Amino acid sequence: MTVSMKQTRALGHAFIYLIAGLGSIVMLFPLLWTMSTSLKTIDQLVVTRIELMPDPIAWNNYVELFSRVDVTKQFTNTLTIVVAAEIGSLLVCSLVAYGFACIDFPGRDVMFVLLLSTMMLPGVVTLVPFFVMWDRLGLVNTFYPLVIPRFLAHNPFYIFLMRQFFRGLPTDLFDSARIDGCSDFGIWRKIVLPISKPVLATVAIFTFQWAWNDFMSPLIYLGGDKGKWTLALGLNALKGFEGETTVHFQMAFSVLMIIPVLVVFALGQKYIIQGVTFSGIKG
Amino acid sequence: MGASSSASAGTVESRVVTTRLSRWRFRNRRWVGWLFILPWVIGFLIFDVLALVLNFYFSMTNFTVGARVPDWVGFANFQQAFTKDKLLGLSFTNTVYYAGLSIPLGMLVAFVLALLLNADIRGRGIFRTVYYLPSLVPAAASAIIWLFILRTRNGVLNQFLGLFGINAIPWLGRPEWAKPALILMSLWSFGQQMVIYLAGLQGIPTELYEAAEIDGASWLQRLLRITIPMMTPMLFFNLVMGIIGSFQVFTAAFLMTQGGPLNATLFYMLHLYNNAFRYFRMGYSSALAVLLFLVILTLTLFVNKTSGRWVYYGGA
Repeated sequence: MTVSMKQTRALGHAFIYLIAGLGSIVMLFPLLWTMSTSLKTIDQLVVTRIELMPDPIAWNNYVELFSRVDVTKQFTNTLTIVVAAEIGSLLVCSLVAYGFACIDFPGRDVMFVLLLSTMMLPGVVTLVPFFVMWDRLGLVNTFYPLVIPRFLAHNPFYIFLMRQFFRGLPTDLFDSARIDGCSDFGIWRKIVLPISKPVLATVAIFTFQWAWNDFMSPLIYLGGDKGKWTLALGLNALKGFEGETTVHFQMAFSVLMIIPVLVVFALGQKYIIQGVTFSGIKG
Repeated sequence: MGASSSASAGTVESRVVTTRLSRWRFRNRRWVGWLFILPWVIGFLIFDVLALVLNFYFSMTNFTVGARVPDWVGFANFQQAFTKDKLLGLSFTNTVYYAGLSIPLGMLVAFVLALLLNADIRGRGIFRTVYYLPSLVPAAASAIIWLFILRTRNGVLNQFLGLFGINAIPWLGRPEWAKPALILMSLWSFGQQMVIYLAGLQGIPTELYEAAEIDGASWLQRLLRITIPMMTPMLFFNLVMGIIGSFQVFTAAFLMTQGGPLNATLFYMLHLYNNAFRYFRMGYSSALAVLLFLVILTLTLFVNKTSGRWVYYGGA
C-alpha cells in the first residue's frame, strides 16, 4: 500500500469520525436535555442559558411527580398489558409458526400467503370496526381489546420471524423425535422452544416495545377510564394541565418511561441481532 | 417448502418402528397442522376478514356509536367527502407534504449513516447504538420532549440558533413551520431503518469490491455500481414501509399540535380520528378509511410494479 493510499484512508476515517461524532451529539442531545430538565427547579427552567448540568440537582422532582400523578397505578396497568401481550405473543405465535414451519398440511401455503398479505394491511381500515366490535362486546375501557388479539396471534410479523427461524433448525432432530413417538406438540415444547431462544427473545423485546410505547390503542380503548390509563396516557395528561409549570415533571415522567425500554433493549440486544439475521429479513 | 416436506418424507421412509400408531399420527398431521395455526386463523377471520368487510359495509352507512342498526346510505359518505368536507382535501395535502418529505429524507439520512457506520472504524458499535437509541423512545415521550425543545420562546433549539444570530423560529406556532418541524422531529428516529441498511451492507460479497478495486474503480463508482444496486431490496422494503407508515402518521401531531396551527398539521389520520372518536361518525370515518386504504394500496402496488426495473435480487 502506498503512502498516499494510507493517507486517503486515514483522511476518510477522520471524516467519518467527524460526521458520526457531530451526528451523535444531535441524536443524544434531546435525551440529555430531557434528563437535565427533569432535575431542574422551576427557577432554573426559565434561565435563558443552555445549562446541561443543573445546580442544584432537584432529585425531589421525581418524588413530587409520584405525589402529583398516580404513576404507580399507570405503571401497573402498563405492566399488566405488557405481561399479557408477552404470554400471548410468545406462546400462540410460536405454536402457529411451528405449524407453518414444521408441519406439511394441505392449504398451508395458501394460508401463509394470506398471512404475509396481512402484514401489508394498513391499520386504518380496521380501526373503526375494531372499536365497534369491542364496544358491542362491552369491552371498551378494559384491557381486553389490547390483549385478546395477542392471544389470537394477530401479529403476522412475529409469526413470520419465528417461522423463518424454525425452518432453519436441523430437521434430523424432529425426525428422530417423531420416530420415538413424540407428538408435534411435544416437539414444539421440548425441542423447538428450548433451542429457539434468539427468536423468542427478539419477539419478546418487540412485544415489550410495542405494548410499552403504544399510544393510539390505549387512547381509544382506555382513554375514558382514568384508573386504567397507561404511562403513555398519563404522560400526555400531565402535558395538558398546568402546561408551563410542569415541564420538569413531564421530563421526569419521560425519563421514567424511557429507562425500561433502554434496559430491555440492552439486555436483549445480542439476541435481536441473532434472531433477525438468522431469520433473514429477505425471507 | 423444501425443508419440512423432506422432513415428513423422511418420517415415511424411515419407518423402522412402523406401528399403527405412527401411521395414524402421520395421517393426522393433516389436521394437526390446522390445529397449530387455528388461533391465527380465528384471529385472521375476525380481525382481518370480518373487520375489512365491516369497514366497507360501515362506509356505506350513516352508522354512529349510539345507533343499534346502521342505515344504508350508499355512496353518500364518499360524495360528502369529495364535495362537502373542506378539511379532507387539506388533511390529504398535509399528509402528502409530510410523506413526500419525511420518507425520502429519512431514507437518505439512514442510508448515509449506515454507509458511514459500516466502515471499519473503532467504536462503531457505540455509534450504532447511539443512532439507534432515539428510535426506542416511546412516541408519547418524544412528543413531550420535542414540544419542549421546539418552543418558540426559550426553546433550546431556538436558543442554540440564537448563538448564530438567527431569530427565534415559531416552530409549532405558525402554519408554515409546523410541518417542517414535525418532519425534522421524525428524522430523529431513523434507527430502525438504519439497522436494515446495515444488515444489507454486510450481505454484499466483498469480492465485488475487491474486483472493482483491481479494475481501478473510484469510491463513487463503487457506491453507484455496487453498493446502491445491491441495496435496492432494502431501499424497496423501507420505501414501502415508509409509505404505509407516513400516510397513517398520527401520534406526534395528535400529541403536539392537535392538528394546529390553523390545521397545518391536520393529517389524514387525525381528521379520521376526530370524525370517529370525537364526533362518533363511524360510517363517515369508515369511508375515509376506505379512501386512505385505496391511496396506500395504489401507491404500494405502483412501487411494487416499478420494482422490477430498479430492485435487484441477486439474479434470483
